[in-house]
Formats: sequence, structure tokens, C-alpha cells
Amino acid sequence: MSDKPVTRRNFLYITTGTFTAAGAASLVWPFVDQMNPDASVKALASTEVDLRPITPGQSITVLWRGKPVFIRRRTPEEISEAKAVSLDELPDPQDDAARAKNPEWLVMVGICTHLGCIPLGQKGEYNGWFCPCHGSHYDTSGRIRKGPAPTNLEIPDYVFLNDNTIKIG
Amino acid sequence: MSDNYVPKSAVGKWFNERLPLLDLIYGHLMPYPTPKNLNYFWTFGGILTFCLVTQIITGLVLAMHYVADADLAFASVEHIMRDVNYGWLLRYIHANGASLFFMAVYIHMARSMFYGSYKEPRELIWIIGVFIFLLMIATAFMGYVLPWGQMSFWGATVITNLFSAIPIVGESVTNWLWGGYAVGSPLLTRFFTLHYLMPFLIFALVILHVWALHVPGNNNPEGIDVVKGSQDTVPFHPHYVVKDLFALVVFLIIFAGFVFFVPNLLGHTDNYIQANPLQTPEHIVPEWYFLPFYAILRAVPDKLGGVILMVSAIAILAFLPWLDTSKVRSAKYRPLYKQFVWLFFANTIFLGYLGAQVADGLFLIMGRIATVYYFAHFIIILPLLGYIEKTKPLPKSLSEPVLTKEEKEMLASGATT
Repeated sequence: MSDKPVTRRNFLYITTGTFTAAGAASLVWPFVDQMNPDASVKALASTEVDLRPITPGQSITVLWRGKPVFIRRRTPEEISEAKAVSLDELPDPQDDAARAKNPEWLVMVGICTHLGCIPLGQKGEYNGWFCPCHGSHYDTSGRIRKGPAPTNLEIPDYVFLNDNTIKIG
Repeated sequence: MSDNYVPKSAVGKWFNERLPLLDLIYGHLMPYPTPKNLNYFWTFGGILTFCLVTQIITGLVLAMHYVADADLAFASVEHIMRDVNYGWLLRYIHANGASLFFMAVYIHMARSMFYGSYKEPRELIWIIGVFIFLLMIATAFMGYVLPWGQMSFWGATVITNLFSAIPIVGESVTNWLWGGYAVGSPLLTRFFTLHYLMPFLIFALVILHVWALHVPGNNNPEGIDVVKGSQDTVPFHPHYVVKDLFALVVFLIIFAGFVFFVPNLLGHTDNYIQANPLQTPEHIVPEWYFLPFYAILRAVPDKLGGVILMVSAIAILAFLPWLDTSKVRSAKYRPLYKQFVWLFFANTIFLGYLGAQVADGLFLIMGRIATVYYFAHFIIILPLLGYIEKTKPLPKSLSEPVLTKEEKEMLASGATT
């Protein structure tokens, strides 16, 4: 093309081709996006939980957005154990205070960050959670200590509406 | 070969002149010249075609009764088992058919590896085969999710979570796959759709696979080139039609044994418990045919690393024609390769055994060694063997290895046998 002059026809070819390609490409998006979480799924985004029935050393599991969320009322020993750990020992360093707004209440998504199994509570080498699928050990703050999981158990967004109720999401 | 077909009936003639379809099928099934020494390992192509058709037919009728919804799927499968006329039979054929499909495909692949069928000029046949294998893996995995038992649910959870290992976009990709924030109804519905679609894609690839095969013709146990139409070949019909059918009958006896006597032997009992998103089974295992790859996934202590290695374990197969640097095809004439290929088969089966164990302690260490060996076979042993191995002299024809000394002398002196 370089040795030939640019003609009106070249211009028409290129503009027609570009518009066709851009139009076709923009139509791909609806076909991809239809698979994303839909409005009805997103509408279930928050869950309120009454904390009164839970005594120290007890945990409950609630379902939030189809995922299990662990709510554990930690014992004083568990709290001191979680606070005593030096951050250098952690694969994914995070202070316990950054994970529990109120040290007594640990709220986290109960899904192993490795491949999505549900860890078992008060098991494993660190007295926290243990994932039976591929052997990840979490401590009393839900932080990864040993095993294939890359990160700590996820902390969802939550707020204390009052002393006895939290809202997750 | 196709130009000498003449339909006998007037209707056949009329049709064939307008669309030479009969001509085409006839050419590929009847006179197609085939090496005369193919052993029973060459019957698995036909067996696999039978498996695919069986899965499509049983799947089609099962889909008439199945409901792809998280609340109804498990009950609809039980409904098929208990209420639908012969539903138990159709489902057991479909479920065991998947397992036998994989048994047959592994033998088919092992045959290709042993006799070097993937080598020039058959590389593309092999690569199409790897794509068929990939589609089979995807189809079988999605199919296993459909009954919505505990293993279905947690298998789907573990495998879809593999995508979360992708840096940065991992979470968006998994949410996109799920159509939500966890495995649930949207995923089940799309898996059902894709599970229905993929066998037809496999079917299309099988046509390409056979088409590509019929260009150079079959490899054979000696691994030498044969001249089409020479004394080394026989027409496909009746020789291999009969041989393939006999092998198929033997295969069907085994198939029936599974379906009628031990229909749940290859499945997991936990899959008869309805999916519960709040409870992970003690020990998640995939179906037996994925165990070697599962062992490779777990051998790596890093999430992304494990995923990359598992995908590579399958992807590396596509490069086999170039990783194997030896010009000699058949392991019969490659004394070193013959030992290494058996070692590779044994190692892969061992990986499968490890995939079924809890990944801890000694099992984990053995899993790592076996994983390293799996890859070493492809990227160290095969490329090197081509240079250091002293291969045995190849026969000039398929007859030569089976002739007696006297017969050979007669041939050499120009006499006819």
C-alpha cells in the first residue's frame, strides 16, 4: 500500500471495516455480562445477625450471599493467643486488632482461601480453623499459619448496629 | 478409493449423483487401506466412538427428566432413579459410560505413546486428540456437578476456585463463572447447558480426527511407513470392521458388568447426599479419571503454582510430537524408550493412587517426586533419548519381522512366496 496513493476506496474500506468490528465487539459484552451476578443475587447483599444467644467459646455460621460466615465469640485465652503472635511469623501479616473490631467477636467468611472448602472450627495446629481439603491451618484470629492457602480468612464488611446485633454486608 | 463406489439402487444413484455422501462414507469405512498388523490396541478408536454415541443418546433422554435448579436437581435425579421407566438403567449407563470412556481414552493415548503414533506426519491427529481429551475433561467435570450431591457441589467449588488463583482478576472471574458469590443455581444451569453442548463439539472434532487420520493412514505396531495398496495393507472392511466389533463386544461385557453388578463402584457415596453449602465433606476426591492431575495440583504448596502445574500437565501433551526427538516411532525398536514409557505409565497410575490419599506427610513427598518425574519425562527424558538412544534396525516391510529365515532368503532371491 505504501507505494500506491491512498484512495477514497481505501478510506471507505477501512472505515467500514472498523465500524463493523467495533459494532460486533460491543455486542460481545452482553453475552459475557449476562453471566455476572444478577440483580436478584446482588439484592441479597446484607444479613443481620442477633448475637445474644452466643456464649463465649461458641460460634455460629450464617449464610451471607450464599457463603458461610463464621461468627465466633472468642474466649479470653484465644484473644490473648491471637494478640501474642509476632507479625513476622505470619505468611499474610495482619494484626488481630485489624481483624476483629471488637476483640471478643471474630466475624469472617468461612471459606478457605485456598480452594473454597469450609474449614473446621477449633482444630488444627494453631487451635483455630483447619481445612480438611488440602490441609491449611488457621489461628484463633483466622490467619493462615501453615498449608497451601495464600491469605487469611476474609473479613466481610460488617457493622455493629448495637451491642447485640451486627449487619454483614 | 472413493471413485469406484457405485450405488446399486436407482434411488442410491440419484442421491449419490447429487450428494456423494454415500461415496464418502463408503470410502472411509470399506476399502480404506489399513496396515495388516494392527493389534487390539488399535480397536479403541472404534470403542471410543461407540462411547461418545452412547453418552449422547443416554444423555439426551436423561435431559428429558432432569431439572437444572439447585433446589430441584438432586430430587430430579432420585426421580430418574426411582420413578422414570428404566431411569435407573439409563443413568447407570451414562454414569459408568463416562468412566469407561476415560478408561478407553487412556488406553488409546497410551497406545499412541507406546507406538509413537503422534510423530510426523500424524502430529495434527494427536493435537486434535488432545483437544478432544480437554473437552472430555470439561464435559465429565460439568456432568458430575449436575446431580447436585455433596461431591458435585464441593468438586465444583474446588475446581471453580482454581480460577481465583489468577492474579488481580481472579475474584471477578470466579464471580462471573458462578453468577453469584458462591456455587449455586446459576452455575448449575450454565453447567447443564455446556454439558449438553460439548459432546457435539467433541463429535465434530472426532470427524476432524478421523479425517486427519485417513490422510497418512494408520500407524502400526512396527511404526514404519507402509505403502497404501501394497501387500502391507488390507481393506478396512471386513478385516478391521470385524476385529473392532469383536473388541467392542468384549468391551460391552465389561461395561454391562459395571452397569448391572457394581453400578456405584466408581462413584462416591457422598454424592448420594444432597449438596450442603455449609458443610464440606471430610475428604474431597474427584472422579478416578482426574486423580493423577489432582495429585499434581496438590503437590505444590502454592495455590497459583499448583493450578499452573496441573494445567501444564495436560497442555504439555500437545507438544509431545516435538518434545520426542527420536525419528523411530515404535517402542519395539527403541530399547531405552520402551523402559521409560512403561515407567511413565506406572508413574501416572501411581499419581492417580496418590490423588486419592490425604495430601500429608509421606504421601505429599511421594506426590512431589512423582510430579517431578511426570514433567521430567516430557522435558528431559524424551528430548535427550532422541540423541543418546541406539535404536534397533527397522524392518523394511510389515512382513519381514514375522517371516522365517528361509522365507526371507526366498524373497531376497526374487522368488514369490
